[in-house]
Formats: sequence, structure tokens, C-alpha cells
Amino acid sequence: MQQHNMLLAGGTVIDETGERRADVRVREGIIIEISSDLSAGDDELVDIAGCIVAPGFVDLHTPLRETAMPQAETIETGSRAAALGGYTAVVAMPNTDPTQDCVEVVEFVSKRGREVGLCDVRPSGSITIGRAGAQLTPFADLAAVGVHLFTDDGSGVQDEGVMRRALEYAGELGVVLAQHCEVASLTKGAVMHEGECCSHLGLPSWPALAEELMVHRDIELSRLTGSPVHLLHLSTARSVELVRAAKADGLRVTAEATPHHISLNDERLTSFDTRFKVNPPLRTTADIEEVKKGLLDGTIDAIATDHAPHPPVAKDRPLDEAPPGMLGLETALGVARSHLDCSWQHLLGAMSWRPAKIAGIDDQHGRPIAVGEPANLAVIDPDSQWEVDPSALASRSRNTPFIGVGLTARVRHTVYEGRIVVRDGKATA
Amino acid sequence: MTLHFRSIEEAGTERIHRLLDLTEHMAAVGRRPNPKVPALRGKTVCNLFFEDSTRTRMSFDLAAKRLSADTMTLAVSSSSVNKGESLRDTVETLDAMGVDAFVVRHQTSGVPWQVAGWTPAAVINAGDGWHAHPTQALLDAYTIRQRRGIANDFSGLKVAVVGDIRHSRVARSTTDILQLLGAKVVHVAPRTLLPPTSDVATTSNFDDVVGEVDVVYMLRMQRERMGAGLVPDGGEYSRRFALDERRASALRPDALLMHPGPMNRGVEMMVDPTELPQSTILDQVTNGIAARMAVLFELLGSGGIEE
Repeated sequence: MQQHNMLLAGGTVIDETGERRADVRVREGIIIEISSDLSAGDDELVDIAGCIVAPGFVDLHTPLRETAMPQAETIETGSRAAALGGYTAVVAMPNTDPTQDCVEVVEFVSKRGREVGLCDVRPSGSITIGRAGAQLTPFADLAAVGVHLFTDDGSGVQDEGVMRRALEYAGELGVVLAQHCEVASLTKGAVMHEGECCSHLGLPSWPALAEELMVHRDIELSRLTGSPVHLLHLSTARSVELVRAAKADGLRVTAEATPHHISLNDERLTSFDTRFKVNPPLRTTADIEEVKKGLLDGTIDAIATDHAPHPPVAKDRPLDEAPPGMLGLETALGVARSHLDCSWQHLLGAMSWRPAKIAGIDDQHGRPIAVGEPANLAVIDPDSQWEVDPSALASRSRNTPFIGVGLTARVRHTVYEGRIVVRDGKATA
Repeated sequence: MTLHFRSIEEAGTERIHRLLDLTEHMAAVGRRPNPKVPALRGKTVCNLFFEDSTRTRMSFDLAAKRLSADTMTLAVSSSSVNKGESLRDTVETLDAMGVDAFVVRHQTSGVPWQVAGWTPAAVINAGDGWHAHPTQALLDAYTIRQRRGIANDFSGLKVAVVGDIRHSRVARSTTDILQLLGAKVVHVAPRTLLPPTSDVATTSNFDDVVGEVDVVYMLRMQRERMGAGLVPDGGEYSRRFALDERRASALRPDALLMHPGPMNRGVEMMVDPTELPQSTILDQVTNGIAARMAVLFELLGSGGIEE
């Protein structure tokens, strides 16, 4: 795809440094001029009056599926969904088949991401071979081909000894271990959150404690080893409290939360609709409030999607057989804006520059919008009121829980490496 | 909107009262020399059983036949369902044959709700996971009404439900219907066999309640739970929660002893209940047909029962 020379005119620029009215001129992938009232000249004039220009979003948590379930999603359809959601970079989760536990698989994902060229696909590596929780993957070899985030996401590393060694070994390499916090012995066969609702519905349950025990363990292992740890998709009130205390102690702990864990509670399962089955499960309204507070006060650094495509044939099964997970990339901004009462700058920080730093890609993404910087940008219509139309989703799957839900704010254009990959809410390729 | 019968809660007070009255009518039909009526002639009832349950299936089958409906049955253990075909495919295929009501039994909670999303036919829940078994609840409530000679007001009645409450759809639905009719229910079980939360009174001391209550409802204790670490062993379970001779002799003479069947003799039942005048176990089986006739007629009948 050709790079566009363009003038984004009439918008409000919001980045880590602040907020200002300015036109932004992009040529050959780089921001070359920022000022008010620029004239387009030979460059394409993109009128974005009333819109926000922000650094493109960074998703720390994107299962892309290609090698495991191409009928659910491919790197191409996932990249397109990401671009439509305003993302210019996604960290691809390692729970693929084969697992992203060696250089060959990681390089395949990176290469396929570059060929598609709709966003920056950054593969994560698994912590253990085959995500089996025993033998460490070659962290240094994987770091050498660009892996920064390591996780066994889909399950947590159960063995404390293995996790301790992993943190010790990772520390000297400057990479980050990310944990899916779930003590498996407490969640066998679990379908939903443990509480009033599951008791009523007679469904096997996933207690909040199963997450909180591992959050606590990994905070203490980070304290012991001095290595950073990133906690994936936090869902409970007590988890937020534990992270808040860890940060107050100055530990190198970061955390993320998903749009669905700040917007949907466990009572959604009373419909027995498998679209609401997700791991970790939807929690109570009280948990939702605390996770939101955590995002507002910075205890939780980032909003991450855990975008999990599943085709209807997989979701049209009984609740215990249906796989967990829901789509998220195309709705993340709208859901976050609709449920978080905070400034645009704070919200965009949680979607762009803070996750970019955690992913170690803040040299290319989440950058200030300034002369000389790479043109990875999201243009947002902050007042757009819209509803999700599942048939219009770019993802190969349709398992969004937000059908018919009114959302505020939508991505209008996405600029990746100086190219308009989304224009007026439609992918250009 | 198609009318279904999937849980006591969903049906609500008014319908439950009507169904109990209709059950009485159907029980009277069942006592005639010829118990068959033409009420559902031309209607097709499909029994969709993904879990073994000979009794419930036969009871529904006979109920439909007594009403002159045509019946067909798909009984498959879930493991043998072709993994390439989704539950939805199965339902849509059967629906295309022209079905007026699906009677659904599945080992997972919620399947009758899912099925109702894929067919315009009425759906009757014949037991889903640990969640609900509303026709069992209806026959239980009717049996109490019949034996006590009372109407649909159960206030003042005290009922102990004993055993594995957590994993029991019978406990959930029967508790729901008894509370809806005004009875006081207490669950008797160790903490490991209670749901994570509950607003029903609970005790783990069976002896405290066995001689007090008007109804003792024994649940089936599945042998596989014994090995799952929920109770130390079967012997201890029986000593604490089975109906043994000592507890049977403590039953009030006018009390009722109920069990949904099939009984696990030597586990929760250490006496022969057929020798106890309090036992309603065979009445429950008989009344099951009337209760299921009532539900089928409510959902599919248009004219009168006799024509």
C-alpha cells in the first residue's frame, strides 16, 4: 500500500503531553508539520473538524488464531478488526497451535503481520514450552527476534517454582512476563463467576479467589525477584486492591482490564447466551465498579481487549462445551468511553501510550504527536452514537456481546505508517 | 411469543396454580378405565434426551400418548453426538420434521433456553444440568397437595430437602415451587454440597429437623460425588444424611417421605421406604404422568380435554 501525503485538518490533538487544536501534516510515514490553519497544498486534505487525533491504540492482548483456528480469525481479519478499532499495534497472544514458544513460529506471525500491513503485529512468546507450565521457552532467542512480552495466557503458570525461575531469568533480559491469573484447581469445569447468580443457575463456578491468589503470588514473586510482572485482564475488586498496594510499595507491577469487565456483569448469563461466557468470567456489579476505579486512578494501567473470536459452530453449544471469549477490538473505544467517566487524555493513555510502554514498543507507538514522529494515529469522532452491527464486523467471527448496545465515540480514520488503513470507519484494504 | 415450561420461576405463581389444578384433572382422567383422551391429536412431541433418564422419558412419552399426540424420541448420550454437528444443527434438523413441542433433557444448565432460540416450537425442560426440573417440582407439589388434602396454599408446611443440594436440579425447582406456594423449606447438607450462596435456611444436622417437619424430601446422592472430595466417604455421608431406621422412626406419623427416584439404597436410603406409611414415592411416579399431561395440554391444547 502506498503512503499517503495528507493534512489532517481541523481536529484536536491529544497525546501524553496534552491537548491542543492543530492540523497535522503527514508525509512518507512521518509527521512533518503541526500548526493551526495549515493549507493542504499538494497533500490530500482530510477534514476532521470536531474529531480527536491521538496516537494509535496498542492492544496488549489479542489472540489472532491463524494457526489454531483459521475459521475463527486470521492474522489478516484480526489486523483489519484492530485497524477498525483504532489500533496501530497489537500484541498477538501465544495460545496458537503450534504455540508461539520458538523463533520459527514467532517469526511466522511477525512476517504474516507485515505482509497484511494493517497494523503492527507483535507476537508475544509463551513462558513455558507448549504453555504446559514446566520448561521455560528460550527467552533470549525470542527477545532477539523482537519478543518483549511473555505469557502462557489462556492459563496461568501454576507452579510457583517455575514462575519464580522464569521471573529471575527474564529479569536480566529486560523482557516482561504477563500472567493470566487463575489457580486451576479452583476453577475446574467452571463456566461463570461464583456467587448468587451461579448458585441460582446451577452452573459450575469460578471464584474470585482463584484470580486473587495468583495476583497476590505474582506480586510477591516480583517483590522477591525484582522483575516486572504484568497482570492480564483483572476482573475482581480484591485484585485491584492488591495491585494498588503493590504499586504503593513501588513494585514493578502493571495491570490491564478488558472493556467487557467494566461493562457487563455475571447476570448476563441468566439468558444462557454463550456469548457471555468468557475467561476470566464476567463478575458482579461491585467488581465492575472497583475495576473502573482502578482504571481511573491508574492502578490499572491499560485497557486490553482479549479479543477472542469463535465461530457460531463453536458457540452454538451447551455452556460447558462452548469456548470462552468474546470479540473486542472494534468495540473497545466505544465501550470504554461509554463506561469510564474520565478525561479523553486519561482514556487514550490507557489505550495507547501506557500499553505501548508495557509492550516495549513505545519507540513506534503511543508517541507524542510531534514533528519527526512516526504517523501511527487514530482519528476519533467523540460524539458518534452507534450500535454494533455484527454483520459489519471485520472479524471472521460474530461473538460480540454488544449487539444492540448503544455506544458513544467511534474511530473514524486509522493511519498506520503514514497510510490511511481505515477511512470513514471502513477498512481501505 | 411461544409459551414454554422451563423453570418454576419463569412460569410464575398464576401458571403454577393453574397447572396444579389441571394436574388434578389429568389425574382423574388417568383413573378412568380408558385413560386416553383425544386432546392433542395431530400434535407432535419430540423427546430430546441428551442424558440417560429412562423414567422421565417414559413418563413424558406416556403423558403425550394419553393425550393422543404423536411422539418421537432422540436419546443420545452427549459423547456420542457427532462432534461435527452442533446442538443447533440437531434441533434445526428435527424442527424441520414438524415438531410442536420439544421435551429437552441435558446435563448442562440452560440448554432448553438455547433450544428455544433455534425453533418456534414450545420447549419443556425435562431437566437441565444442576439448574431446573420443573415437571418434577409440579408433580412433587401435586403429591403433597393430594396426600395432605390441601389446595394450593402451603403456608405453615415445613419441608426438609436432604442431600446433594448443590448438584441437584430437583432441589432447586422443588424448593422454588414449595416457596412459591408458601411452604418453609430447609436444606440439609454439608457445606460442600450446598450452592456457593443461598437464601434458603440450611443446617447440616439432619437429626435436628427429621422429627419436626411435615415433609422429608430425600435427594439422590450420586456415587461419583463420593470420589470427588466433596464428602470424606460414603459411610460418613450415610451416617450423617441417610434415612436410617433411627431417623425413620423419628418421622412424624403424618409426615410425608419423598424421593425423586431412582433411589440409591444403602447410600441415602438405609430403610425400605415401601414399608413406611409416610412414603409417597410411588404416588410421585403416578402423578408424574398427570403433571406432564397438564404441561403438554397447557402448551399445545386448543379445545377442551374431551372434545
